[in-house]
Amino acid sequence: MNKIWIIIKREYVTRVRNKTFLLSTFLFPLLMFALIFGGAFIGANGTEQRKIAVNDQSGLYKNNFKNSASVEYGYPEGVDRNNYKNKGFEGLLIIYSSNQQKADSARLYTQKQLGLSTDEAIKNQLQKINENRLLMARGVTRNTLDSIRLQSENEESLNYRSYQVKGAEIKEDNKVLALAIGYASGFIIYIVLFIYGAAVMRGVMEEKMNRIAEVMVSSVKPFQLMLGKIIGIAAVGLTQLFLWIILIFILSSLSSLFISPEVLEQAQKMNESMPSMAQNNTMALKILQAKTTVFSANWALIIPCFIFYFLFGYLFYASLFAAVGSVVNEDPQEAQSLMLPITLPIILGIFIMINAIQNPSGSLAVWGSIIPFTSPIVMMSRIPFGVPGTVEYWELGVSMISLIAGFLCTTWLSAKIYRTGILLYGKKVTLKEMAKWAFRKS
Amino acid sequence: MSTILEVQHLKKYFSSQKAVDDISFTIEKGSIFGLLGPNGAGKTTLIRMITGIFYPDSGNINLNGKKFNPVSDVIDIGYMPEERGLYKKMKVGEQAMYLAQLKGMSKQDAFGNVKEWFEKFEMQSWWNKKVDDLSKGMQQKLQFVITVLHEPKLVILDEPFSGLDPVNSNLIKDQIFNLAQKGTTIIFSTHRMEQVEEICDHIVLLNKGHKILDGTVRDIKQQYKQNIFTAEVDHLPAVLQHASFTIVKQNENNLTLKINEGYRANDVLLHFINQQSGIIAYHEILPSLNEIFIRLVEGTPTARQFETIIA
Repeated sequence: MNKIWIIIKREYVTRVRNKTFLLSTFLFPLLMFALIFGGAFIGANGTEQRKIAVNDQSGLYKNNFKNSASVEYGYPEGVDRNNYKNKGFEGLLIIYSSNQQKADSARLYTQKQLGLSTDEAIKNQLQKINENRLLMARGVTRNTLDSIRLQSENEESLNYRSYQVKGAEIKEDNKVLALAIGYASGFIIYIVLFIYGAAVMRGVMEEKMNRIAEVMVSSVKPFQLMLGKIIGIAAVGLTQLFLWIILIFILSSLSSLFISPEVLEQAQKMNESMPSMAQNNTMALKILQAKTTVFSANWALIIPCFIFYFLFGYLFYASLFAAVGSVVNEDPQEAQSLMLPITLPIILGIFIMINAIQNPSGSLAVWGSIIPFTSPIVMMSRIPFGVPGTVEYWELGVSMISLIAGFLCTTWLSAKIYRTGILLYGKKVTLKEMAKWAFRKS
Repeated sequence: MSTILEVQHLKKYFSSQKAVDDISFTIEKGSIFGLLGPNGAGKTTLIRMITGIFYPDSGNINLNGKKFNPVSDVIDIGYMPEERGLYKKMKVGEQAMYLAQLKGMSKQDAFGNVKEWFEKFEMQSWWNKKVDDLSKGMQQKLQFVITVLHEPKLVILDEPFSGLDPVNSNLIKDQIFNLAQKGTTIIFSTHRMEQVEEICDHIVLLNKGHKILDGTVRDIKQQYKQNIFTAEVDHLPAVLQHASFTIVKQNENNLTLKINEGYRANDVLLHFINQQSGIIAYHEILPSLNEIFIRLVEGTPTARQFETIIA
């Protein structure tokens, strides 16, 4: 036991002292924020307003286009394809009237391409106006139209609330927040499994290639060596996690200082004009919205669960990575192909998670969060939707117990592969042989 | 002298080879023991069982008269494998401390011993260097120090001189004698016979997983002598031939003779004396271990064939 402790200490200290640890710890959250908010910032500031001349034969469209962040409309007299530029416009939109039962057709002429966002904005407006025109042609009066629009376009007039019922308690649920937390925690666990799993594998490979393995196993049991490394790296991971949480907290507090509400409003407008193109902005908005209601989440449950799945998810996979590292010879290519059976379920976990976020009570989500190969990722994406409720207590219990059992099982099997592999040189080991080592009696 | 290590009917079969097949021997405390054998004879497997890395399939290992316990007895064993290995990115001093503590030493004891050995080998200035920055010979010295610094009772060295220049070889050789004098037992595994003759008291020769020779260097040489003598005379006798010997090699007045069956060394001398040849030198040539080694191993295929073992 004492020897494992010495190994853990070395693994931890050498890694934490390493420059790459410091760098990745501080750069990762910065990069994330730069990506999310930088995207929104550039998106909001970077769009120029294009001036488009409208030439419509019916006169129905005049002054009905609403200017947006990306397009400003003008209705000059006698504009055509030869003179719109002289009149100070970048594009010409000609609308050909058809009969009253059909939508009008429109053509946009520009010298240079105006980009997808401009196109989307114009199409959006055309659709609305056409809709109104067709409604009016069928006898709906202008007044009726305006009053309908007033109701439908004002979000607050639509009084929609969703509630979660837990026994006697009725709580307003916040799907956006649950989604954001679920998505973020599932994704972080996914990254953690890969980063720290690979770190374990590299550590084992280093020991084998430097030929220190034989010196080590003449002092300690191979199992102690493997476990010491795995636990040491887990401690590094937890350290990094805590630093990240602190950093993210600081950064998100700072971000509201740097990013003015106007910018976000503009980003919001962009979203409306161009719904398919604005994922970054949506994410940024969601995070900022989430921040305001962030205290409504059940952190007392989410944080311990996250640490549990973070730790045991890592432990479940780490020994498998160690087993692969132990059989690899000089050729890193070999590691790639042997890693496939480990990486496949992790990637599968991410796919199930994306599904589970949309439908957190579906059977795929439930099974994915119980089977230990995918449960760390999938369960963490479901928990923010509510326990009990979306996730029943028994599901959480079964998931946790099966993950712990799975961890003991993979460690036990991997140790047998590791013990043989770490002293075996020059021989290319197949998956079949590894399986044979794992299941033979010792 | 008491026995430190006793190996009884040790067996280790791998799926395709009988790596060690019923080997027994004993090693006296404070002796330098040579474990010899061609490549693939089973030396490394045997050593790995003695160091507790492998469990034998059957047989016993007794250390200091008690059954060997791979967990608690590691403090008594120092092992330097043939494939040297150190953490390349770790600092020399930390590494020595780390490995000493893993053997079970306390931090204070480890520090004292590391300092003492570093002084002995003039390595104090290496303390904060990374292993990567050391030359190969320096790494070898460090590896030796790490092997012995926890004061093991049994030191196992697998090819300790490979890659060392003569100066450093002698340095380590002196330390080996030094340790043996203080009562440390040394197992020395190699296939370099001239070193064995120089260093070892007792040897065991392995081939194909079996023990084929066991004894002190002197006894073995006596056992495998072929009654060959050299004689140097001031002038050759008129009649050189005699029933007592055959001439193996002649270089003017230097003769290499093989004593024929039924005769003794003195019969040859008598012949020369009777022939009025003045004898300048006359002595027996004992076979070198190298010759014995080759004679015993020759005729068996050099590479071990893989076989299917049903065990």
